[in-house]
Amino acid sequence: MSASSASVRFIEEPKIGFLERMYIPAIMEGLSITVGHIFKPQVKTEQYPEQEPELPPNYRGVHRLNRDTNDRVKCVACYMCATACPAHCIDIVAAPAPAEWKDREKYPETFVIDELRCIYCGMCEEACPVDAIELTTLYDLTGLSREQMIFDKEKLLSVFDQTTKPDPHRGNKITDPVRTRSGLLGPAAELPTVK
Amino acid sequence: MTDFNIVYTLALIVVAFGAVMTTVGYLTLAERKISAYVQDRIGPDRAGPFGLLQPLADGIKMFFKEDSTPKHVDKIFFFLAPGIGVATALLAFSIVPFGPSSPPPGPVSVDAGRPLELAITTHEAEMKAYQEHTTFAIAPGLDIGILFSFAIGSLVVYGIILGGWSANNKYALLGSLRSSAQIISYEIPLGMSILGLILFTGSLNLEVILDYQIKHGWFILYQPLAFLLFLVSVYAECNRLPFDLPEAEQELVGGFHTEFGSMKLGLLLMVDYIHMITTSFFMAILFFGGWHLPFGLTNFDGITGLVIKVAVLGFKTFIFLMLYMLVRWTIPRFKFDQLMGLAWQVMIPLAIINLVTVMVIREFKLTPWILTATSLVTFFAAATISTRDNPAANKKRVVVRKPEPVTT
Repeated sequence: MSASSASVRFIEEPKIGFLERMYIPAIMEGLSITVGHIFKPQVKTEQYPEQEPELPPNYRGVHRLNRDTNDRVKCVACYMCATACPAHCIDIVAAPAPAEWKDREKYPETFVIDELRCIYCGMCEEACPVDAIELTTLYDLTGLSREQMIFDKEKLLSVFDQTTKPDPHRGNKITDPVRTRSGLLGPAAELPTVK
Repeated sequence: MTDFNIVYTLALIVVAFGAVMTTVGYLTLAERKISAYVQDRIGPDRAGPFGLLQPLADGIKMFFKEDSTPKHVDKIFFFLAPGIGVATALLAFSIVPFGPSSPPPGPVSVDAGRPLELAITTHEAEMKAYQEHTTFAIAPGLDIGILFSFAIGSLVVYGIILGGWSANNKYALLGSLRSSAQIISYEIPLGMSILGLILFTGSLNLEVILDYQIKHGWFILYQPLAFLLFLVSVYAECNRLPFDLPEAEQELVGGFHTEFGSMKLGLLLMVDYIHMITTSFFMAILFFGGWHLPFGLTNFDGITGLVIKVAVLGFKTFIFLMLYMLVRWTIPRFKFDQLMGLAWQVMIPLAIINLVTVMVIREFKLTPWILTATSLVTFFAAATISTRDNPAANKKRVVVRKPEPVTT
């Protein structure tokens, strides 16, 4: 569909005066702008390795698996994140929860995320009914092999431990405090607990 | 020309070569830094304090890169082209007096009341004194001076043409074709703009031209139009930005140096910078009095005077080098027809008018200040002519249309 000519506004091109068409005054004006930038630099460059970038709290970096107040993994192995994942990078093997865990039926026996396949869209975080998986602000993820970049449950839990403790490399501040209701399970899991 | 001190000349060549190459290195850094500042960036700042070791790092990188030669190139010319470019660009520097200079004695003058013997002995004494004084040009007293430099300097285009042709690549060939057309066109106003100076001084020797300016005032005062023409032509000769069509990255990949790599590419890139240094020296020496400052500011003798004069000349050259880089980020590139139009329709007629005015002034022994006035008048007249509305060329374009009824 082409735009109707009623919606198009025709503009007369600006008239170039004598001074502009003589080149020299126009060039001088341009030079003054160029020189002005040299003597008043408005540099906003971040010196990256020395200066850490200020990231917003909803930055989508490396995943973590949250722990509840009893240091157990919050995940209830419902497969909703794995289903939501457009890159199919989450692999969960569910198992019946231990008998003493009265608040759930299942827990993840293994929970593996292939960080190389992940596109960091954050859909797993949105899908999770118990706020167990979150994306942190860790952006400098590196590894020496493909195997190193496949994160299992222990690794993902260690990311949680690392990002919720004061980080000595980043001025002793907690980089990613738990954003969701800490210690509690998410709304979907708040069923009457089996006594 | 008689013999000069060979050891001194060799030492001077080594010093000048080293200085030019170091300046080229730091010009690349300056280019990158200035580009960065103009665009509100920082530029290279990792190698050494303020990135001062960056040229060294670049040089090491260039040398140690794999020197790959594509299969389809003409091997002989492909290897020859960067060498020709750099060698000719460096040769053009050989006549530049990059420090204080004194004019060589003129030809033997025979007066009626003066015996010939005396005239010859005086001349010989003057010549001996000239040969023994400290000179800062590699080839001092060369009578064809600036002509030599222009002749050699325009040979640089052979490096570009051979490079583009031997690469056997359409982009490279287009780049070198543009370059040859451009340089041939701009040689004409370049040469004609300085003919006026040569008519005043009566010599092609740079030292004599400098001496004339010290006695009569800088040429920029008398010939502003010639300076403008020289400046523009020189930008075109150096393939600098408003005229950098031979290597227009956006349309020709790399232009004539598309197929070159490692140090061969480095040499081709160095050609432009060497040319820039030489032409900046020319602008400072031909139009701005070289090492001379008015009001006796450079009237010092001995080592102090030497240092001050070299510094003054260096400063003037530095200003022109900076201007090269600032203009790069000020004016967008010309189209090819505009480039040719500027040379043939504007600059060559202006140069001819300027030259004729100089001839008239020299013939009737008028004061050179008339030339200042005529330069300005010529410039404004040319501007008026070129900016007048041409009804045939500027057909009134329909810019306001009645809205059509919307049909669905």
